[in-house]
Amino acid sequence: MTRLRATMPSHVPKHLWKVTVLFVILLIVSVMASLAFGARTIGWDGLMDGLFSPDVQSHEAIVVRQRIVRTIFSFMCGAALGVSGALMQSVTRNPIADPSILGVNTGAALFVVCGIAFFNISTANEYIWLAIAGAMITAIFVFTIGSLGASGATPLKLVLAGAATSAILSSLVTAIMIPRTNVMDEFRFWQVGSVGAGNWDLIQLFIPFLLVGIAIALLTAPALNALALGDDVATGLGVNTGMIRLFAAFAGVLLCGVATALAGPIGFIGLLATHVVRLVIGPDIRYILPLSAFVGGIILTCSDVAGRLLGSPGELEVGILTAFIGAPILILITMKAKIRAL
Amino acid sequence: MTTAHTFAAKQLTSGYDERIILDNISLSIPSNQMSIIIGANGCGKSTLLKTMARLIKPSGGEVVLDGKSIHTIPSKQLARTVGLLPQSPVVPEGITVADLVGRGRYPHQSLLKGWTKKDYEAVAEALDLMNISAFADRHIDELSGGQRQRVWIAMALAQQTDILFLDEPTTYLDITYQIEILDLLTDLNKKHGTTIIMVLHDINLSARYADYLFALKDGQLVAEGTPATILTSALIDDVFQLKCQVIDDPVSQTPLIIPIGRHHTNK
Repeated sequence: MTRLRATMPSHVPKHLWKVTVLFVILLIVSVMASLAFGARTIGWDGLMDGLFSPDVQSHEAIVVRQRIVRTIFSFMCGAALGVSGALMQSVTRNPIADPSILGVNTGAALFVVCGIAFFNISTANEYIWLAIAGAMITAIFVFTIGSLGASGATPLKLVLAGAATSAILSSLVTAIMIPRTNVMDEFRFWQVGSVGAGNWDLIQLFIPFLLVGIAIALLTAPALNALALGDDVATGLGVNTGMIRLFAAFAGVLLCGVATALAGPIGFIGLLATHVVRLVIGPDIRYILPLSAFVGGIILTCSDVAGRLLGSPGELEVGILTAFIGAPILILITMKAKIRAL
Repeated sequence: MTTAHTFAAKQLTSGYDERIILDNISLSIPSNQMSIIIGANGCGKSTLLKTMARLIKPSGGEVVLDGKSIHTIPSKQLARTVGLLPQSPVVPEGITVADLVGRGRYPHQSLLKGWTKKDYEAVAEALDLMNISAFADRHIDELSGGQRQRVWIAMALAQQTDILFLDEPTTYLDITYQIEILDLLTDLNKKHGTTIIMVLHDINLSARYADYLFALKDGQLVAEGTPATILTSALIDDVFQLKCQVIDDPVSQTPLIIPIGRHHTNK
């Protein structure tokens, strides 16, 4: 048995434990940074007071406690987007697929804009359902268009359908928004993703969706590993490819839709987290999914901290930051890793 | 050793979109033997293999395994009996040999159990059978075409099915690797009794390695039987529209096709 294990080390990626430890350390560092830095920098004592001494009511301790909520919220958003990106790349077998390529973000945005413009909707509780509905309907639409014809939903057809749909939807968003200045003001605030508005209510709203999404993701992981070898191989291995794509896409859309509804569209996290994880851990989706949640959370939290520091005394929305950090790093990854079809 | 199965196509009609490629074919795959489907380009041999291996849903008729239509058998359960190596599988970026071969264990695993001793043994055995244990930790990208093909076959072997379909497993390989792959598949068939059904382009290699041949033309089965009984110059003329002489292969004593073209003939 030990001999067999010795010949089969790759079923647990080589550096899994080292990588996990590294990510946990990075997580702790990013959480500490998120608590300490901002318009006002908090020292070690204030940090400890705010975290572990509930009866200390110093100004510093109170600031730290407020930042706890924001930090948890940003970590959850990052985790949701990270897993969503990993799922969408698996489902489309396309290394650059992410919610925006499949048009899912735009669909969520269109529904939110319609809500603001025609139904005077302005609270997160209402946004969330609109955004999820928009994301789902768009995903179903894109999936249906992409699976027309005998060969079914091939990666290429899905991406093409997504790009076309996205173009149509974003022109609709603009068409609805331009004549209505009030919508523009409200939507513009939402359109740039930010985790600064995070509060306990939003977190509570978020948790069930996050858990359901991640649970479905983990359940589909072994089948997604088979799907990575091509639809024909997966079918031969007994995977119902249509069903698995549907479940995994549902989870991906749900996670992205909820994160988009609560924080606004934040780009690149799904793409970035997944590629970082893939680089260090390899192509096994069973490990990519949970680690992408970790890394997504870390990246978003760090970006948020950077936004607070750079925008001081105000702050720069994290959505702007992730685009700035994400784009060049993605180009770098693309060049280095000679990414081809997954 | 594998158990015997009855595996048959009954009045199978199949194709892509509206185009019918296979027209009302019925045949029965001999159990524990190596069968090869031959025919000209576009005759439907690949469609036949894909339909029998459930990649294409037939528009008429059915594929029957041990008396049951394969479309009524749960897909994971079916995948423990019938395996398949398609023509162009996808290699995930950065995957190692052992990881790829290990993915062949999918139909034997459940979410709760994870990797069992049986899984490790099956993978080790598959690597061993294909002589690739030495590269278990190598990345697929580093391997030659012949080595890669052995990795894919090992993946299908790790699935431990009694019946194995292969769609042109020797395409794009040098002659040395073609022989190597066919020898390894024959080993598998002899050692484990695995029923092998494949599509091959090379008639002479088919004649040498097949226990049983199916010859297709225009979506119809025109002949079936052992190479020695069915391979005649008349059949080749009918199936491939090619004049030829059939002689005895001096190495294997199986029929050997000598094509007659318009040039380089003594008569």
